[in-house]
Amino acid sequence: MLSDRDRIFTNLYGLHDWGLDGARARGDWDGTAAILARGPDAIVEEMKSSGLRGRGGAGFPTGMKWSFMPKQVGDRPHYLIVNADESEPGTCKDRDILRNDPHKLVEGCLIASFAMRAHACYIYIRGEFAAEAKRLQAAIDQAYAAGLIGRNACGSGWDFDLYLHRGAGAYICGEETALLESLEGKKGMPRLKPPFPAAVGLYGCPSTVNNVESIAVAPTILRRGPAWFSALGRPKNTGTKLFCISGHVNKPCNVEEELGIPLRELIDRYAGGVRGGWDNLLAVIPGGASVPVIPKSVCDTVLMDFDSLRDVRSGLGTAAVIVMDRSTDIIRAIARLSQFYKHESCGQCTPCREGTGWMMRVMNRMVQGRAEPEEIDTLEQVTRQVEGHTICALGDAAAWPIQGLIRHFRPVIEDRIAQYKAGRAARPLPLAAE
Amino acid sequence: MPKVTVDGITVEVPAGSNVLQACELAGKEIPRFCYHERLSVAGNCRMCLVEIEKAPPKPISSCSYPVADGMVVHTDSPMVRAARRGVMEFLLINHPLDCPICDQGGECDLQDQAVGYGMDHTRYGENKRAVKDKYLGPLVKTVMTRCIHCTRCIRFAAEVAGTPELGATARGESMEVGTYIEHALTSELSGNLIDICPVGALTSKPYAFVARPWELRKTDSIDVLDATGANIRIDARGPEVLRILPRVNDDVNEEWLGDKSRFAIDGLRRKRLDSCWVRRDGKLHRASWAEAFDAIAARIDGVHGDRIGAVAGDLCDAESMLALRDLMATLGSQNLDCRQDGAALDASRRDFYLFNTTIAGIEEADAILLVGTNPRHEAPLINARIRKRWLATGAHMPILGIGPEVPLTYDVRWLGNTPRLLNDLGDAAGLLRDAKRPMLVLGQGALRRPDGAAILAAAWRVATDHGMLTGDWHGFNVLHTAAARVGGMDLGFLPGPRGKPLAGMLDGGVEVLWLLGADEIAPERIGRNTFVIYQGHHGDRGASRADVILPGAAYTEKNGTYVNTEGRVQRGFFATYPPGQAREDWKILRAFSDRIGRRLPYDTIEALRARLEQINPVFARLDASPRFGISDPAGPAGDPAAVGDAAFALPIESYYQTDPISRASPTMAECTTTYRPVAAVAAE
Repeated sequence: MLSDRDRIFTNLYGLHDWGLDGARARGDWDGTAAILARGPDAIVEEMKSSGLRGRGGAGFPTGMKWSFMPKQVGDRPHYLIVNADESEPGTCKDRDILRNDPHKLVEGCLIASFAMRAHACYIYIRGEFAAEAKRLQAAIDQAYAAGLIGRNACGSGWDFDLYLHRGAGAYICGEETALLESLEGKKGMPRLKPPFPAAVGLYGCPSTVNNVESIAVAPTILRRGPAWFSALGRPKNTGTKLFCISGHVNKPCNVEEELGIPLRELIDRYAGGVRGGWDNLLAVIPGGASVPVIPKSVCDTVLMDFDSLRDVRSGLGTAAVIVMDRSTDIIRAIARLSQFYKHESCGQCTPCREGTGWMMRVMNRMVQGRAEPEEIDTLEQVTRQVEGHTICALGDAAAWPIQGLIRHFRPVIEDRIAQYKAGRAARPLPLAAE
Repeated sequence: MPKVTVDGITVEVPAGSNVLQACELAGKEIPRFCYHERLSVAGNCRMCLVEIEKAPPKPISSCSYPVADGMVVHTDSPMVRAARRGVMEFLLINHPLDCPICDQGGECDLQDQAVGYGMDHTRYGENKRAVKDKYLGPLVKTVMTRCIHCTRCIRFAAEVAGTPELGATARGESMEVGTYIEHALTSELSGNLIDICPVGALTSKPYAFVARPWELRKTDSIDVLDATGANIRIDARGPEVLRILPRVNDDVNEEWLGDKSRFAIDGLRRKRLDSCWVRRDGKLHRASWAEAFDAIAARIDGVHGDRIGAVAGDLCDAESMLALRDLMATLGSQNLDCRQDGAALDASRRDFYLFNTTIAGIEEADAILLVGTNPRHEAPLINARIRKRWLATGAHMPILGIGPEVPLTYDVRWLGNTPRLLNDLGDAAGLLRDAKRPMLVLGQGALRRPDGAAILAAAWRVATDHGMLTGDWHGFNVLHTAAARVGGMDLGFLPGPRGKPLAGMLDGGVEVLWLLGADEIAPERIGRNTFVIYQGHHGDRGASRADVILPGAAYTEKNGTYVNTEGRVQRGFFATYPPGQAREDWKILRAFSDRIGRRLPYDTIEALRARLEQINPVFARLDASPRFGISDPAGPAGDPAAVGDAAFALPIESYYQTDPISRASPTMAECTTTYRPVAAVAAE
């Protein structure tokens, strides 16, 4: 269990002052100039050795991502873009950072931009986060007023500007290149990679897109040292992570814990346990809507980190734990996710545009059982035809929940189909009048 | 150059190529919908997936993946085949099964590739998507349910045409391609959308439900409705030309075609002259060839050669112009002119009246000065080439304009609208001087005016003064609007030493005037008592004034040689027979020469062409790139100081109706109505 001493987000629940004074009291903005004085390369090295993996879902090492930026600023400026377009169903960790600890993010933006030699940083915030955008803007204004950012930020000699941009409510704009397109004022559609944003990003300039949490933890890591951070968690899955526990638990909550905590312990200790007890558990989606569901048998033992969950063919994603007890219609639950992905597909590339609609329609029939048993295999094949064939990961995200459902709950689907057939057979055939 | 191995075949590909190009070099067919070599890469159809070793272990879209040295590509592995089959299935689930009533049938990429790469049955039992059709104007018909969202049309409009009007609204399955607010496309190149659409979503409106591709007889030819000399394919069935498509010629039209050249062909069926007419008692009467010839012979009998004149029109082939020139010579006339607009073209040297930079050469220019021209209307394909060059320079190339400010598809700095600017470009001169390969484009609007010769000379002086004329770069360009003009100049359809130019022949300057397809002369300018022979294919202005009408052949109905504005000699071929009594024009002239006992010395078109080559050797060099530098900087004869200060007027008012064929075309008339400038009306 993570001791309070090791928590990064000490105002996660908004019990204290979110503003600059409160943040300073919690240790933010302490010695920022000294951190910057270490120089960009040292900061990147420290981030690398901390083992921090991106908190947005893919788990790509943050320090390495930063190191992809050119070492010299050429004729094109560098940009840092913070992805605050938190739209993954079940995920609400960034939201609490934005409204209760915004200065961690602002400070992180300064340090990360400095490390990547960017003089400007854009925070792309989800449009629905109206109050959070206001709060974050207020924090940015406070930082400007205090001279922490802006010209000669923190007295470090580095000029830094921070802009907040509000999105218009599209899940796809949380994909990094679609976010760049949207930020440029275009339709949010993912770009082809390569080239990667570190080479050709925002306005064609070298750019890095990071999740809010990845950036917000950076100042604390640099203040307390990478060794402290990497001592937490498990090898290659180091540090602490915000978990969002929702669904059929007694006390849904956000909590910061070490990576690698057993799922059962996480739910029992922080969320007050599964509704009706652990044995009432049906399944858990461990990392936000896009990762495959895992049944109770896996939940009993699985550890909550990137590699452990990958080993059980699921994923940590954004660490949004969606708990479902035995009252859940698991087919309907996954069908609802299929609707979501069909609605949010940008429509650019064929497999996702056509496949998400197909999957949704079949799933909707499966909820009723209005299908043939062999259609389960067809559906599985369709998900395989979408997965890995698309420009961005939305196709994968749409395919995985269904794959997880079929992998673990195939008998449920077959039963539903059989029930439906039985119900139809029992009904007397209407006879035409003589 | 990187070496890439495709299915065991190692090829060397230029650096910066994509994997798809490498596969094509290796002779492997890669199916694709969104990829088009002349448009930016979208990578969205996912049909061109291949497997690349040492890349992420999933199918990779070859069109968007750059090659690297030592790359090993598999285009026919089980993974690739499964991926293509999957993508094809997805494309088809929401595509309607209306091939039998779809105009794209038989030339549809989706149809072909579904046969090649698809499955033999469907697994999709849900309802298919339906999309409301969009209105894109009188030329492009839409059936948007068929759209596969490849975005080729969006990219074409934004990149090549320079009219970014198309886009996609909504997202996912609900994504629809359209113009946001419904309106007719304003591009002169909109017909190309029909060609690049890989399915039947965008088809030709005038050609709707007319024919199937396998019914058509295909003939290669040259477009004559502007002076670009675009390479075309004439698709005909029986006696009718049903459609015109561009052919690929990277030096001229790439693979595009202007809307007028593509859609004016319904004019070939209307207002045609299909028999001879002779005017008696003020009224035209149908006549036989013999009667018509008799009438002409009777009238010119005894008329001195100086009192006979001939004018060649805008659509004439070189052969007929030469035959008429030779006929006039036998009659003792030197009154010839092929410049029916009165443009002050100087025939003393060929580069005085050519687009010397060449169309492909535009892609090397780094500064352009437009003088009295609207290339968008006068030569949309050359305009597209200028835009292409402008985009290639990152939209930084300075393009300056002298003339009326017209909306072009690139940024133009308009200096003003007076020829006097040619003698004092002001600070713009520096932009041209700093350029390594500057070019000047002189439109017909600058030449068809009383001070045309002075403007020509002044423009030439601008070229010499600003480094446009060097040993390997000729930056002086005359942009013609008539397909026949350069040919006429080249073969000397011009007043002889004692001859009268056009102005001298009008207003009673000659007794007998032979108009070879010349329709742009206002009839009232021809003298009241002048005997007019009109030889041509349409009952247009010339025919209405004529005393004898000889029905000729339109460009689709004869073998003809045309020289485009850059001096490129190209040949069009006979596709359909001319209607009724109408005949190929040189044959008419040859027959008439026989009638009056002054037989022209050629019986076949080969003999006529031999004579053509004898007159000017350029006619022997078919499709040769006419590009050359300059050796003699001496300019045309005019006095540059004599330029007037009248504003330039553009030669083309309505792009869609410029010649007898397009004036007879209902489609072009509809376009003119559709695109007529709408007067702003204030709300009540």
